[in-house]
This record gives sequence, C-alpha cells and structure tokens, in this order.
Amino acid sequence: MRAPSLLLLALLSAAGCRRERRSFSEPSPLQARVERAEPLPSGEPLSHFLDNAWAVSEGARLFGWYNCAGCHSLGGGGGMGPPLRDGAWRYGGAPADVHRSIVEGRPNGMPAFGPRIPDYQTWQLVAYVLSLSGRLRLDVEPGRPEAIAIGKPPVMVSKKLPSAEPLPEAP
Amino acid sequence: MQASSRAAETLFIAATLGLLVFGCHRGPADAEPPTGRVVLIGGRLAPASGVEDGEWRKVAKDDANTRFSGLATITPGNVATLRVAWTFKTGIARGHEAAPLVVGSTMYVVTPFPNRVHAFDLKAPNGTPKWTYEAHPEARAQGVACCDVVNRGAAYDDGRVFFNTLDDHTIALDAATGRELWNTKLGEVARGETMTMAPLVVKGRVLVGNSGGELGVRGWLTALDARTGEIAWRAYSTGPDADVLIGAAFKPYYAGDRGVDLGVHSWPPERWKIGGGTVWGFVSYDPELDLLYYGTANPGPWNNEQRVGDNKWTSGIFARRPADGSAVWFYQWSPHDLYDYDGVNESVLADADTPNGPRKLLFHADRNGYLYVLDRANGQVLSATQFGHVTTSRGVDLTTGRLNYVAEKQPHVGQTVHDICPGSPGAKDWQPMAFSPKTALLYIPHNNLCQDEEGMQANYIAGTPFVGEAIKMRPGPGGNRGVFSAWDPLGAREVWHIDEDLPVWSGALVTGSNLVFYGTMDGTFKAVDAKTGALLWHAELDSGVVGQPITYRGPDGKQYVAVFSGVGGWAGAVVPAKLDVTDPTAALGFVNAMRDLPQRTRAGGTLYVFTLP
Ligand code: HEC
Repeated sequence: MRAPSLLLLALLSAAGCRRERRSFSEPSPLQARVERAEPLPSGEPLSHFLDNAWAVSEGARLFGWYNCAGCHSLGGGGGMGPPLRDGAWRYGGAPADVHRSIVEGRPNGMPAFGPRIPDYQTWQLVAYVLSLSGRLRLDVEPGRPEAIAIGKPPVMVSKKLPSAEPLPEAP
Repeated sequence: MQASSRAAETLFIAATLGLLVFGCHRGPADAEPPTGRVVLIGGRLAPASGVEDGEWRKVAKDDANTRFSGLATITPGNVATLRVAWTFKTGIARGHEAAPLVVGSTMYVVTPFPNRVHAFDLKAPNGTPKWTYEAHPEARAQGVACCDVVNRGAAYDDGRVFFNTLDDHTIALDAATGRELWNTKLGEVARGETMTMAPLVVKGRVLVGNSGGELGVRGWLTALDARTGEIAWRAYSTGPDADVLIGAAFKPYYAGDRGVDLGVHSWPPERWKIGGGTVWGFVSYDPELDLLYYGTANPGPWNNEQRVGDNKWTSGIFARRPADGSAVWFYQWSPHDLYDYDGVNESVLADADTPNGPRKLLFHADRNGYLYVLDRANGQVLSATQFGHVTTSRGVDLTTGRLNYVAEKQPHVGQTVHDICPGSPGAKDWQPMAFSPKTALLYIPHNNLCQDEEGMQANYIAGTPFVGEAIKMRPGPGGNRGVFSAWDPLGAREVWHIDEDLPVWSGALVTGSNLVFYGTMDGTFKAVDAKTGALLWHAELDSGVVGQPITYRGPDGKQYVAVFSGVGGWAGAVVPAKLDVTDPTAALGFVNAMRDLPQRTRAGGTLYVFTLP
C-alpha cells in the first residue's frame, strides 16, 4: 500500500510543480491530456478494467484518495456533487462519458482532474463509479457492507499536502 | 397599532448574577436546578433597541440579533385567522434560508444560487415586483458549497442593498433601482471558498465572511467601505497575530488565549493555512461598547488527529472594533474541535440590571450543546448549560473556560465511535434563535441528532473536500429529530419545549404580542404562544421551511408576517439535490437521518406573506 501512495504523491507533486513553472506557451491542462492520451495500457481492452474486480477495488480506493468521496459521498449517494449510485446521469453513463466527466470536469462544479490522475487510474475510477449503480457484472462488484465507510480507502499517511494547487476549471 | 420594545417587563428571577457560574453539567430534563443558580433579584433584562418602527431592516431585525418586533396587531387571540396575503415563486429549487428585509414600503429578498435579488413594492397590491437584479455567479461555485447553495439574506443601509454571492462577490445595489453600485471579489472558488452569510453594516462598513470549512478554506471576516466597496480590513481566523488583527488591544479573559501567534503555534506546521475557521454566521454589534461579535467555524479537516493542538482561532467567538478590525477578546467554545462543532451560531446581546449593577450580556446556543451567557465586555463565561442531549463533553470549566471533552467519544482513524451527541450539525446549527424582552426568554430552534463516526486520512487537494470522517447520523433520544424550546438564559433553564419530528432548520421570530413563529422541514409554518408554547395557528406551505420569518407593518398599516419556504440546506439537500437515501454517508452523513424527507415535502422556493383578514 505504501509504495503506490508514495508514487501517487510523487505524481501529484510533480503535476503541482509543473503548473507552478508553466509559461504562456505551455499547453492547457486539456491539451496536455491530449498529448499524453493513452486511454488504455497498450492493447488492453476496456473490459480489462470493467470486468476486473481488482480495478473496481482500486477505483474505490482512489475515489477516497482523490477526494471524489468528499463531494459524491463514500457510497456515491451525493452531497456537494450529485449522486453516482442512482443510475441517473446528467452527462451520460457510458464508460467514455464517465471518463470524460472525470478528465474534463463538468460546468456546475465537477473539477477537471485530467492532468492529475494517470489514465489507468481514471479507468479504475470509471469502473468503480459504474459499479455503484450496478452497471458492472455482479462478480466484479464490491460488496456493500454495513460499515460506515462504504468503499472507504485504506489509510494513507502523508506528511506533505498532495496538492496546494487548485484544480483547473471545467470548460 | 404598535407596541414599544421598551416595554420590557420587570422580571423577578431568583439568583445573583455574580453566581451565574453553575449548572454546566445539567441536562434540560433535570427538574430541579442545582444550587448556586443565578439570582437577579429585581433584575431586568432589556435589549438595546428603541421604538418599534414596523420595518425589518436587518436579517435579525437589530444589531443585537433579537429577531423581536414590537408589532402586536396579530395576537394570540386573532392569529387563528391569519391567512396568505400574497406569494412569490422564485423558480429556484434549492434551500431558501434567507430573511426578507422591509425598508419603508419596499421588501427585498435574495435567493439561493444564482443569487437573484428581488424588490417588491408593498404599496402596490400583492407584492408587485419593483426590480430584479441578476448576479450571474460562476456555475462551478455550486460544486464547492458544502451544504446546499444557500444564501442567508441581504443587508440595507443608507439607500443601498448589500449581499454576497456564492462565488465570493459582495455587491452593493441602489435600493431604489436595483442598479449595481459596486461589486468586489473577495475569494476564490478554485480554493473552495464560497459566501453564504448575510452581511451586517456598521458605521459605513459592510462586514462579510466566507464559507468553506469542509474544503480547508482559511476563514476571515472582511470590512468593506459601504460607499466604494474597497476593503478596509480583513481579519483571518488562523495564522500570525498580524493576520488575525491581534495587537495591543487584545485582552482575552482566559489565560489559554494569551500568547504570541497562537493562530500558528496551536497547529502542526503550516496547517493553519488550510485550517478553516470560516465566518458564515450572523454578526452582532454593541454600539455602546463599540464591539462586533461573530463566531468562527470548525477547524479543518474534521479528522482531528491531523491537527494536534487547540487550532486557534477556530470554533470560537471574536469581539472586534469595527473601525480597524482589531481584536479585543476571544473565547473558544470548542478548543481542538472534534466533531465539526462550528462556533458560528449567532450571539444575542441583552443587558441586565443586577443588584451589583448593570451587566452587558451575550447569549449563544452553540453546536456543542451548551447555552452560554457571557459578559460581552470582557468575554468571561458566566454560565454554560446543556440545552440538548450531550455525550461528547461534561461541562465547561469556568476557571479556565475549557470544555471538558469525554475521552471515549474522541474520534480516531480506523475506529468507529458510537453515540456521539450532538452530531456534527450540533444541538443547534445556523438556524437563528429569537429573544423577547417581554418574556425575557430565548426561542431556540434546534436539532436532536446523534451520530456514529470513523476517522479517515484526509488529503488536501485545493478546491476539494478536506474532511476525513465517515459519518452516519440518526435521531437522538426520544426519536424526534428536532426541538423548539423557550429558554430562560438567566435562570439557565428550559421553560417549555415542543418536540418536532424533523430538525427545526428555520429561524425563529417573536413579537410584542407574545407570538412566536417558526417552520418545519415538511412545510408547516407555526405560531405558538411565547409563554406556554401552545400551538395557536399553522399553515401548510408548498415546501419545507428553512428560512427566517420576519414581521413588518405594511404601508396600509396592517401587520404582515413573511417567510420563505423551499427545503434544502445541509439537513434538507436530500430533497432538491435528489441525494440517494440508500447511502447513509451522503451529505456528510446527514442523509441517514433524513431518509423520509423526500416523501414528506418537495423542492421549490416560495415567498409567503401572511396577514389578518
Ligand atoms: C469539489 C466537488 C467534487 C469533486 C472533488 C468531484 N466531483 Fe464529480 N461532480 C461534482 C459536481 C458538482 C458534479 C455535477 C456537475 C454538473 O452538473 O455540471 C459532478 C459530476 C460528476 C460526474 C458526472 C455525473 C453525471 O450525472 O453525469 C461524474 C462521473 C463524477 N462527477 C465523478 C467524480 C469522480 C470520479 C471524482 C474524483 C476523481 C469526482 N467526481 C470529484 C463535484 C465533485
């Protein structure tokens, strides 16, 4: 658990530093995404994520780590952001739509996470988000325990702030 | 017909003010007050306000935050015939928490996001619109509003209407035309800042504060020049003394609040920068002492293990000078807050004559479950009495001023703690109480909620939540989620109470004819007898009531009562935001206690104005 969190931290701080040093000629977060757009690890089909219980559980962990849970609630029931477990979609519930919501953000307050989250993690998040409304095969879905923290991420210890740099606004 | 608010009745309350020190451990259910109770022989309690003008120029009616109007045409005898005079649909589905203002023959209301301001001509029939102002706040501000996209009202002064927008602008309008006079941007949505509070204007300064304590926002109160919109001063709630405007004039009553840069040293390194202490409640002002009073919100993150220390100056109250913002005293209701017990609840100012001379008091019903009586000249706590069900603390030590926490109820990472009472919204949240000088009682809308919670690591990513607690709320003892009570602040005892099934998330209003008005989240608007709590009248409104009722005398000489319906706010967001009730942690755990609300009311904002036939 420790190693991936450190890696994440490194990625996040790297993203933060890059933004601080950016010049006018640098690509916007959106353009930057296009440059590094590799939706899936080489040759792997989408089902690699959506049919994969491990991807879903990683997505659950990341849902906490990237503070999605703070806005959408740990179980996806919503709060500052809309519910993600009710099967109703403002911007579409196809995997590509959900991916786009995360990467580009949405105008009424969904931040654009694009440059902050490596693409394979974004797909893991997509898998978890879809599992919330029962859109995946039953055997890959996480159980819904009665514990308070549904889908809560494992404890990660960091002394540094992952990012003091605000997320870019949705277009 | 009008009554004078000077008609304060002489009260004979058994006790001496010098002995106000007591009763900290007592629950409201206890029949016998403990010995050493307040004695105020021949004492009298009166608010600082003068003759009744029949208007409602400030959200809380006056600078003392009483929400008392001397108007007395509507009486306990005739209130049963109260009926709707006119209504206005705002067309907005979210929580309507604002108080209307009435100045002369015009009524002003500000809506939740997108923060429209409507002016109505009360001389014309049925609330004829005079003008409307569109603020056009940034859409993305909605995503960082912790507790629905509410707004708690506007302020009026010298021909201008002032209000805040969710995307951190304070705007001044010409009250006659609705024309924008100035527009000052005060915060950053990208860092999670929003503004929801109602400004107070004091001596040509517009006082405004920020929201965002759930997103690691650093709190502040800012004073703007009412003529130009320029920032006169800003007082932060955390950080070095220079930022907090702590200087030579600062004389806190308790030793624990004295020292250099406590807003830095009572935090782990650098954490004060994202430490909360936002300022989103009501501000009070005492013109004689020339002091402003306001509370600071919870420290961030909620996970207390990530912020060892007292976390000054969060979850407390500041007294400041309006001219330069310099702090005069501070008191911390909840040092190192453990439960999101924001300290922002309003302070009601009242004076008492005592055998030992006059004393200037401040009444405050805190989220932590205690009703405090403070000496507002120096910040000394005279009494702190439980007014709701409390398991998280055992009284306030009046020598040190500190709240005595119950160690077993302290939340930890990876461990579930049960029966935390009151829950995070507190025994009372923002919903403002009223104070009548005629009955000398406070009328308190409150919650009866408990919760189970478990701590989690919170990561700071600017503009996203910084909380770190998984919470499930549920009804407190008795099963009723709300209470409306009358409280004798000097006797430190409850006089009567009404159990309400739902949290009472509306403000309270009390009148010169001893009528008290409040609303419920399923849409019932009620008038009760101020002396007994007997229900005298009620009306079923279109949507749940989370607004602040007011009363005024119309140009036709009749007395009117006005209130917004429109369910929402933290407690009611489940309805307009269509939150999923199968997730107990939705809306930071509030949804678990409100699963039935979507069946009991519907979303939609309506301004209701009532009068006698
Ligand atoms: C600061 C609060 C906030 C954070 C953090 C946040 N969201 Fe959102 N999210 C929102 C809001 C608000 C919307 C609705 C936007 C709109 O309607 O335009 C939204 C919309 C969405 C949608 C589209 C839903 C639909 O109905 O089409 C998805 C999917 C989503 N978020 C997933 C995520 C994921 C995954 C994360 C973490 C990487 C995340 N969100 C983090 C606030 C947030």
